[in-house]
Amino acid sequence: MLEATELECTRGERRLFRDLSLRVDAGQCLYVAGANGAGKTSLLRILAGLLLPQSGAVRWRGRDIARAREEFGSDLAFVGHLNGIKDELTALENVRFAAALRGADASEAAAMGALARMHLADYCDVFARHLSQGQKRRLALTRVCVADPPVLWILDEPYNALDAAAVESLQALLDAHLAAGGMVVLTAHQQVAMPSGAHRLELNPGHGQAAGRGES
Amino acid sequence: MIAPLLAVVRRDLLLALRQRGDVLNVLLFFVVVVTMVPLGVGPELPILRMIGAGSVWVAALLASIVSLQRVFAQDHLDGSLEQLLLSGQPASVVVIGKVLAHWLVTGAPIALAAIPIAVLFDLDTDAAATLVAALVLGTPALSLIGAVGAALTLGLRGGGVLVTLLVLPLTVPVLIFGSAAVQASAAAMSAGADLLLLGGLSLAAAALAPWAIAAALRISLE
Repeated sequence: MLEATELECTRGERRLFRDLSLRVDAGQCLYVAGANGAGKTSLLRILAGLLLPQSGAVRWRGRDIARAREEFGSDLAFVGHLNGIKDELTALENVRFAAALRGADASEAAAMGALARMHLADYCDVFARHLSQGQKRRLALTRVCVADPPVLWILDEPYNALDAAAVESLQALLDAHLAAGGMVVLTAHQQVAMPSGAHRLELNPGHGQAAGRGES
Repeated sequence: MIAPLLAVVRRDLLLALRQRGDVLNVLLFFVVVVTMVPLGVGPELPILRMIGAGSVWVAALLASIVSLQRVFAQDHLDGSLEQLLLSGQPASVVVIGKVLAHWLVTGAPIALAAIPIAVLFDLDTDAAATLVAALVLGTPALSLIGAVGAALTLGLRGGGVLVTLLVLPLTVPVLIFGSAAVQASAAAMSAGADLLLLGGLSLAAAALAPWAIAAALRISLE
């Protein structure tokens, strides 16, 4: 279970939100909505442990994530605004490295299976620098589903640059992950169907407080 | 823990191989800087023998700093650094892998390049061997200390100059013992103590720097 309590986030002089609490249980999806600058990315980075909140805490399985970095990291797949892939490596090498880094099955078969799920199998030997933006985004998302995927997925604008087929693939991937008891926290500007039963958390820019609470 | 560390080393070596121009530039920088000294000082062999070790170490230090920008900057720009730190592996393990790869593509080639460079300064066989040994033992400390500076200045404007200002004073002991080892050898004295101190400095840096680098990277990512 991912739980955040009374989070406050300030960037520069501007308070993005305060007293924000949320909880995501197994099989649940939290959709963080809001206009540009509302603090969606900051919230996701706080939940991933990349950004410290001004106050409040994030707990994973009851433990503060700042005190259980390795345990939390091994259960987490994070895709941020940046794809986190190396242009000088092929698609297959990128996926195999991601799996090896997690200590998961980094075999070619496992990586190819994950690439096939995002329709990138034909591009396995292509250097990432030669892929289109949409294909690079798909490659970044392939990382989350390679060999024994982590239980918690935090995805910042995962639908960016994806075509209709890739959006469908990602939706199917999210549904399957949630059905298997996984958890998803995501943001999206595109008008796409969220997984059924997804909870919505609306952040309001400039109000300094979240309009809704994500607890479920 | 070993498998992820080796994965990081393998990836960074593969990236270095595919961006070999960057690696060769550093080596070339080292060779060019060190060959400028005899041209500037003149062909007096006693003078060249006296300043040879110090010149090689200063060039190695500068080459190491020039290459430091590559250690984390590209990973920071493309988002790979976030993935490395969120991988579930101890950040210190990831950092050790990256610094080891950096040393393999900068420190190790510099130590090898020092063999022909020693001839340039008319160092005898013993002094040349000591120079190579000193570089092998001392350059890991340069990579480790330099990586702390690179992590602290990651994403900062003018970070390159800041790294130089931060790192150079901290590497003075390496420079002193590295040069002293070669001078002792050239004077037919034992260089053992200086080499042991160099090894000790590298071990101390290996024990302390990874945690400092990991903490600095987390701060830089915020």
